[in-house]
Amino acid sequence: MSDNVPDNLRYTADHEWVKADGDSYVVGITDHAQAELGDVVFLELPDVGTELKKDVPFGVVESVKAVSDLIAPVNAEVVEVNADLVDSPETVNSSPYGDAWMIKIKPSNPGDIDALMDAAAYKDHLASGS
Amino acid sequence: MTETLKHTALVDEHKALGAKLVPFAGYAMPVRYTSDKAEHAAVRTGCGLFDVSHMGEVFVEGPQALDCVQRLVSNDVAALAPGQALYTGMLTEQGTFIDDLIVYRWADDAFLICTNAGNRDKDTAHIQRVASDFGDGVTVRDEGDDWVQIAVQGPKAEAVCARVLGEDLSGVDAFSFRLLAHDGAEVIAARTGYTGEDGFELYTKNAHGPALWRALLGSDVCAVTPCGLGARDTLRLEAGMCLYGNDIDDTCDPYEAGLAFTVKLDKGVDFIGRAALVEKKARGVTRRLRGLRIDGKRIPRAGYDVNSTEGAAIGRVTSGTLAPHLDVPVAMAYLDKAFTKPGTTVAVDVRGQAVPAEVVKLPFYRRAKT
Repeated sequence: MSDNVPDNLRYTADHEWVKADGDSYVVGITDHAQAELGDVVFLELPDVGTELKKDVPFGVVESVKAVSDLIAPVNAEVVEVNADLVDSPETVNSSPYGDAWMIKIKPSNPGDIDALMDAAAYKDHLASGS
Repeated sequence: MTETLKHTALVDEHKALGAKLVPFAGYAMPVRYTSDKAEHAAVRTGCGLFDVSHMGEVFVEGPQALDCVQRLVSNDVAALAPGQALYTGMLTEQGTFIDDLIVYRWADDAFLICTNAGNRDKDTAHIQRVASDFGDGVTVRDEGDDWVQIAVQGPKAEAVCARVLGEDLSGVDAFSFRLLAHDGAEVIAARTGYTGEDGFELYTKNAHGPALWRALLGSDVCAVTPCGLGARDTLRLEAGMCLYGNDIDDTCDPYEAGLAFTVKLDKGVDFIGRAALVEKKARGVTRRLRGLRIDGKRIPRAGYDVNSTEGAAIGRVTSGTLAPHLDVPVAMAYLDKAFTKPGTTVAVDVRGQAVPAEVVKLPFYRRAKT
């Protein structure tokens, strides 16, 4: 199985991606994550203004088969939520890096983003089977 | 932990089809090929193909085979003519489930017992122990590693099987089977399944498994969709069928599970668990397996608590999913008897949130009879 891992993103061990967007960052789940879950049928996302704490769940993604927490990649504030996605959760399967972005965040410390995995490190992480 | 997973004889077919394989009951099994929902829909509307070779096949034969199987199971296998099958529990002395089975009457003195994959070793040991009471009158053979079992399910399943096997199958009733051949290899074609649709389960020896799989997949009758365990689980749940380990196990009995139709107290044989069931029947159940339909989008999962609308603990979810065909979250749950009346509103604790649900009778989905 070959998972799509774009070069220009940062990644977490929990299979989320983070992308710079002006002075905020966009967060979603990876192609690998959506493939593991199967058909996504339900999403729960935080409200704008929510304070995220690194490694603490901020939302839920459910497939037909399983329920999985969304884990905050860094300490941050939620500045935008993809409300359309909640109404069409299947987009997570069809466009995990595009239309299925989940939230935009402002990190408490932008330097924390640099500590996340780059594409090569994430590919190694996938190859190690976690 | 490194556990070596077993493979069915069809594993190369699954890999070639791009299946995602996951560990299940000691086997690497396809959980899906493309999408759980698409595979589910294929079975409800056309024809789906499942590799269920991980399930166990135990042959019980000999002059006292009937007596032995009658002692082992709660249903009445004496009522079967050769070529017929039934669904039954195999119970403990306490009247709880060791496993749920399909028993095929092969001949007057020969039976094929199909067991759940996860229970194979336990079942075989139990069957052998009981058979030993009959001395030379019964022989038990575990052929679980020798057979490929392919479930062909859906409204087009009969036509697909008929074309591939070159036989008119319209006369094969539900829970009946025939011994047929495909390309010179023996095939048992049983009109059974675990999806709530019409269909067949085809048994053939491993060596011919891949050829039969390919012939079914390539049938020109209609598109035949390979389906994984993901769709198998949502199909059986929509159809209100119990899964051993989730909805039934050795802590619950057939009355609680809504499987009283598999208990024949008056079959004239003191089957294992009978005495306990006579008592349970007289006492009445205190809890019952029911369906829950969720009001909203949140999905109940196995292990979630069920409470009254006042917040009192009244039960637990045993299986739950988004029912793909109905597009509603559903669950099976054991509920205290006072809350089992259809139409009752209860609350499922979905990760701390009380989600309202309506108690309904199973199944959630029943196919239109043609």
